[in-house]
Amino acid sequence: MRFNIFSALLSLFSGSLAMPGYSFDIEHQQNFESRASKPEVLRILSTADIDLFTPMILSFQNQNPEVTVNYDVVSSTELMRALQDEQAPYDIAVSSAMDLQIKLANDGLALAHNSFATALLPDWGKWHDYVFAFTQEPATIVLSREAFADFGVPETRQDLISILRDHPDIFRGRVGTYDLRTSGLGYLFATQDARTSEVFWRLAEVLGNLSVELYCCSGAMIDDVSRGKIAVAYNVLGSYAMAREDAKDKILIIAPRDFTTVMMRTALIPTTSQNPKLAAKFVDHLIVSAWSAEENSGAYPFPEINRNPAASDTSLRPIQMGPGLLVYLDGLKKRRFLTEWQNAILQR
Amino acid sequence: MNGFVKSNSSIRKRLTIQLLCGAAILTICLVLIVRSFAQQLAEQSQDNILAASLTSILDSASIQQGEIAVDIPYSAFSMLSNLADDRVFYRIDLNDEFLTGYADLPRPNLAANSNAPVFVTGPYRGFDIRSVAATRKLALGEQPIEVRAIIAQSRNGMQETLSEISRRVILFGSGFFVLSAIIALLAAQSTVGPLTRLAASVSRRGPQDLRPVIARVPEEMAPLVQSLNQFIGRLETSLNRSEDLITEAAHRVRTPLATVRAQAEITLRRVDKDENRQSLREMIRAIDNSSRAAGQLLDHAMVTLRTDHLERHEIDLNGLVRESVARMQAVANLKDITVIFENTAPSPIQGDIILIQNAIQNLLDNAIKYSPPDSRVEVQLERKGTVVTLTFRDQGRGLPSSDAERLTQRFVRGDNVAGTVGSGLGLTIVEEVMRAHGGTLSFENNPDGVGACVSISFLLS
Repeated sequence: MRFNIFSALLSLFSGSLAMPGYSFDIEHQQNFESRASKPEVLRILSTADIDLFTPMILSFQNQNPEVTVNYDVVSSTELMRALQDEQAPYDIAVSSAMDLQIKLANDGLALAHNSFATALLPDWGKWHDYVFAFTQEPATIVLSREAFADFGVPETRQDLISILRDHPDIFRGRVGTYDLRTSGLGYLFATQDARTSEVFWRLAEVLGNLSVELYCCSGAMIDDVSRGKIAVAYNVLGSYAMAREDAKDKILIIAPRDFTTVMMRTALIPTTSQNPKLAAKFVDHLIVSAWSAEENSGAYPFPEINRNPAASDTSLRPIQMGPGLLVYLDGLKKRRFLTEWQNAILQR
Repeated sequence: MNGFVKSNSSIRKRLTIQLLCGAAILTICLVLIVRSFAQQLAEQSQDNILAASLTSILDSASIQQGEIAVDIPYSAFSMLSNLADDRVFYRIDLNDEFLTGYADLPRPNLAANSNAPVFVTGPYRGFDIRSVAATRKLALGEQPIEVRAIIAQSRNGMQETLSEISRRVILFGSGFFVLSAIIALLAAQSTVGPLTRLAASVSRRGPQDLRPVIARVPEEMAPLVQSLNQFIGRLETSLNRSEDLITEAAHRVRTPLATVRAQAEITLRRVDKDENRQSLREMIRAIDNSSRAAGQLLDHAMVTLRTDHLERHEIDLNGLVRESVARMQAVANLKDITVIFENTAPSPIQGDIILIQNAIQNLLDNAIKYSPPDSRVEVQLERKGTVVTLTFRDQGRGLPSSDAERLTQRFVRGDNVAGTVGSGLGLTIVEEVMRAHGGTLSFENNPDGVGACVSISFLLS
C-alpha cells in the first residue's frame, strides 16, 4: 500500500471540541501524522467533511512525507469567528462559503500567494492573489426516488413548485432545505438564488406552506432523503450527494435546468499562519489537483472542473468572486433578507 | 607644417551632448507629465466609480414601515471590482450613529449643509484607502433623519495600474530618447560634415596648390573660407615674391661678381709688381668668398622656402650621388683629390630632388674643400633594412674637438678652418633638408684620427 509509508496515524475526535484558549466550535478533528522524526505541521481549518477531503491530504503527504496535517472541521460561521474574531493560528482556511472567504481577504486577513499553480487559474477561479477555487460544486435538488416515482422528475424549480403545490398532503413535513440562520453555505446559495430569480421566493413560500424541515448541512439532508424521512431537499451540495454510493438507488440528484448555482470551494492562507511557505505548497497542491488536466489521477475527490462553464451549459451560474459577495454579508441587509426568508418559510 | 593647434572639445561632441541633454530633459518631462496625467486620470476614474457606488447605496435608503432601511444593491460593490487587488470598506451612519458596515472606518469631515460628496485619502487597516462620503436626508414621520454613507476602496489596484503605466511610459521614453540620440548624432555629424570636408580638401592639397577654395560651403562658414582664401592668396603672393627675389638676387649678385673676378684675373696677368699682384690675389680671394657666401645664402633661402612645403617625388639616390660626384670631379682634380664612389644598386627614396641634390653637393663640397691636396674622398652608399645611409669620408683636418653640434647652426664654422673659404651655412642647409625629409645627419672624426666622416640617412621608399 502506498500510504503505508506514512503509517498515517489517524486520530479522530468528534463532538464539540475547541482549541485551547479559543472559543470557536470544532466539529471534528483528525491528525494525519507524518513518520518523519521532525515533521512540519500544517494546520487546516475547513468546512469540508473529513471523509471527502482525506484523499487530498493523503496525496499531499505522498509528495511531502515530512508533513503532519491537522485537520479541523468547523461550520463556515465558526470558521469566520476563528479567523476574524479570535485570530486562531491556522495555515489554511478551506470553506464553501465564498462570501465569507472574500470578506476575510477583503478585510486583510489573508496572505497573498502567487505561484506557477495560481497562474493555472482562470480569473474567475480566484480573487486576486488571496482566494483560490479548487472545486465546482452545484447546488442541487435531491429527491427521493420512491416519493417521485409517480410524478416524473421535475427539471426546473417551477416543475418542483407545481408538483409540491398539487400534492401538499404527500409532501407536508417531507421537504427540507438549509437553515439560513446557521448555515453560511445555505445563506450564500439562497442569496444567489434570490439574485438570479424571483422563483426562489415562490419556492420558499411553497416550502414554508409544507412545514419545511431546516438543516445545518448537506450531509444531514442527504441522509434524511435516503432514509425516506423527507422527499425533497433543496440546495444540497451535489458533490456530497454524488459521493454517497450507499444512497445511489434511493436518491435522485437534480441540477435544475432553469439555473444551477455553482459554488466554488476556496482556500486561502490566513495572516495568522505559522508556516505560510508550507501553506502555499498545500494551496498549490489543491489548485494543481483541481485544475491541471494531467494531474487528475483519482486522488481528486470532487466533480471534475469545468474550465468553461458558461459555454457548456447555459444553466450553470458559477458564483462570481468579488466584493459583490460582501453585500449580503452586510448586517442590515442580512437581517432584512433573513426576515423576509423567515416570513416566507416559517409562516409565522 | 604640423604645428600644434590649440583646440578645446570638438563641435560634434559639444553639439551631440547638447542635443542629448535636450532630449533627456524632454524625455524626463514627457515621462513626468504623462505619469501625472495618468495618475490624475486613474484617481478621477476611481473617484467616479466610488461616487457612483455611494450614490446607489444612498438611493437604496428608504423608510419602510416606520423604519429606516438601507438595502445595499449588489452592484454597489460589484462595480468596484474592476481593478486588481482592491478591497472595499463601507460604513453607513444614521444621525451620526453607526448603523452597519465597518464601525472603525474613519469618517471624512463633511461640510455642513452640502450634499457634495467628500473624497479623502488615508490609511485604514494597513491599507492606503480612498474614501468618499455623502449624506442623504430622509424624514421619519415628523423627524428629519440623516443617512451618511462612506465607501472606501484600497488604492493598490490603482497603484498597480499606475506603475504599469509608468513602466510603459518609461519604456516609451527610453525609446524616444534613443531615437533622439540617433538623430542628435546624425545632426551633429551633418553639421560638422562641411567643416570636415573643408579641412580634408585643404590638407589633401599639394604644397604648390594655392588655388582658392571654391567648393560650396554653408553660409556660416563663408567668412572662414573667405579669410582662408585671402590668406592663401597672400601666401601665394609672398611665396612668389620670395622665389622671384631669390632668383633675381642670384642673378644680380652672381653675374657681376663673376665679371669682377674675371677682370681681376685678367689684370693679375698683366700686372708685374709683386705688391700689386698680391693685392689682386687678395681681391680675387675676397670675391670668391663673397660669391660663395652669397650663393650659400641664396641656397639656404631656397632650401627654407622649399622645405616649408615639401614636394616629395621618387628619387634614385645612387644616380643622384653619381651625378654630383661627376660634377665635382673638376674641382677635385684641381687639388689632385681622388673622389671614390662605388656604384651600388638603385636606392629609391621620396623627396625633393633639388633639396637633396643641394645637400649632397654641400657635403661633397665640404669634403673636397677641407681635404689636403693629393688625398682621397670616399663616398659610400649603404642600405641597411629600410634605411639608406650616404657617408662622406675625407682626410682633412677633421672636425673641431669641441662644439661639433654647433656646426649645424647658421654662420657657425669650426674653429680650425682658418684659411678656407666658407659661409658657415653648408651644414645648416644639410640639416634642414634632412629634417624636412625625416632623415638624420651625423658627423664624427674618422676612427684613425685623420679626416671627418659625415653621413646622412633616409628611409627607403
